[in-house]
Amino acid sequence: MSMLEVDFQKKLPDFILTARFAVREGEILVLSGPSGSGKTTILECLAGLQKPDRGYINLRGKMLFNKTKRINLPPHKRGIGFIFQAYALFEHMTVKDNILYGAARVNGRKKREQILREVLELLGISHLQDRYPAQLSGGEKQRVALARALVSEPALLLLDEPLSALDRNLRERLRGELKQLHRQWGIPFVLVTHCRCEEELADMVLRPVASINEKGEQAICFSM
Amino acid sequence: MSDEALTALLLSLRVALLATAVASVSGVACARLLTRAHFPGKDTLEAVLLLPLVLPPTVVGFGLLLFLGRNGPLAWVFPGQILFTWWSAVIASAVVAFPLMYQNAKAAFESVDINQERAARTLGAGEVRVFFTVSLPLAWPGIMAGLVLAFARALGEFGATLMVAGNIPGKTQTAPMAIYFAVEAGDYGTAVPLVVIVLLFSFAVIFWLNWWSRNRVARHALRRRG
Repeated sequence: MSMLEVDFQKKLPDFILTARFAVREGEILVLSGPSGSGKTTILECLAGLQKPDRGYINLRGKMLFNKTKRINLPPHKRGIGFIFQAYALFEHMTVKDNILYGAARVNGRKKREQILREVLELLGISHLQDRYPAQLSGGEKQRVALARALVSEPALLLLDEPLSALDRNLRERLRGELKQLHRQWGIPFVLVTHCRCEEELADMVLRPVASINEKGEQAICFSM
Repeated sequence: MSDEALTALLLSLRVALLATAVASVSGVACARLLTRAHFPGKDTLEAVLLLPLVLPPTVVGFGLLLFLGRNGPLAWVFPGQILFTWWSAVIASAVVAFPLMYQNAKAAFESVDINQERAARTLGAGEVRVFFTVSLPLAWPGIMAGLVLAFARALGEFGATLMVAGNIPGKTQTAPMAIYFAVEAGDYGTAVPLVVIVLLFSFAVIFWLNWWSRNRVARHALRRRG
């Protein structure tokens, strides 16, 4: 059964972007294409940070966006985790506070502390918890970003070029960790990349298909 | 120092603090609302908001006289007479201090990394929580600078205040006014202590702000590396 069903269009300055795909429970979908092909826009539409012009987005049978029914859930109600390209850690908070930010719904200090301990251990970053993002390396930042997203218990995780900012050795290692984390986590990932190196993670890879539509407009489509 | 000078000094402080409070809350709110909003007439609205910065204080004062007078459009907001009370000095100072607060806060909000705000939203934070836990703390250095400048401007307000609040010793006479009228009357014994105190106070505030922002920059120097 599909867990995420997507079919939408959005007009961008240079072309019309179409996304049409479904992701099953526990799958990793990779959208692979050159920069400027609208991959990040697709992720932002899924997360509710941008609004498509037409179509729908369903997650676990819940409508997140539906143009004809005028549904557009705001990002904080979608339950979708987002790993930004530069990680977007809160620079004025320690690693610990960054991670706890997503756990605000959890009642009780003790319970939150326990969740924090577990996720710090899972990602091997317990020793970093009192540092600020500026004091972390790229790989460490990524682990913190993953921990922060994990704590908010998303039903879907979106990753924008998660490995491209890292050097090659680190990339190899983090790719393995990401795969393992995905297995433990058991939620689908949608990952965007311009680099073949990240495609190894995929259960399914979609590439952009460019065309000219009947009105003579440029169109780019990521479709199954 | 005479009692009258001390009273003027304390009134100045009270007026400036209240005016800064009014200007900062409204300035930060306007800045936040206008930073990422787009609508027709936005440029015009922004120009109007910044107007008190470039207008001669007497023009602002004249406008306030019309606005706050018995037949003015704002008469219903304030019960009774407001002109020539110290409250109108607060209003005049707040109006001239507002653009400084607004401009600094707006620049500060614009410099905040939009993805940190978006990350907060994807982590389940609504707009209010995003504002108080992410946007405001990240914009804080710029807002702080605006706060100090607004306070300094409010403390030094003269022209508009004289027109709407007058120079009533013990009631509406602020330090700048006491200095002006003392010097005019040749009473240097009253003027000089006031001048020295205002000078030292202003110096201390600016000195502290520079020290604070340098320390803050040093503390987070590494931040923007990624």
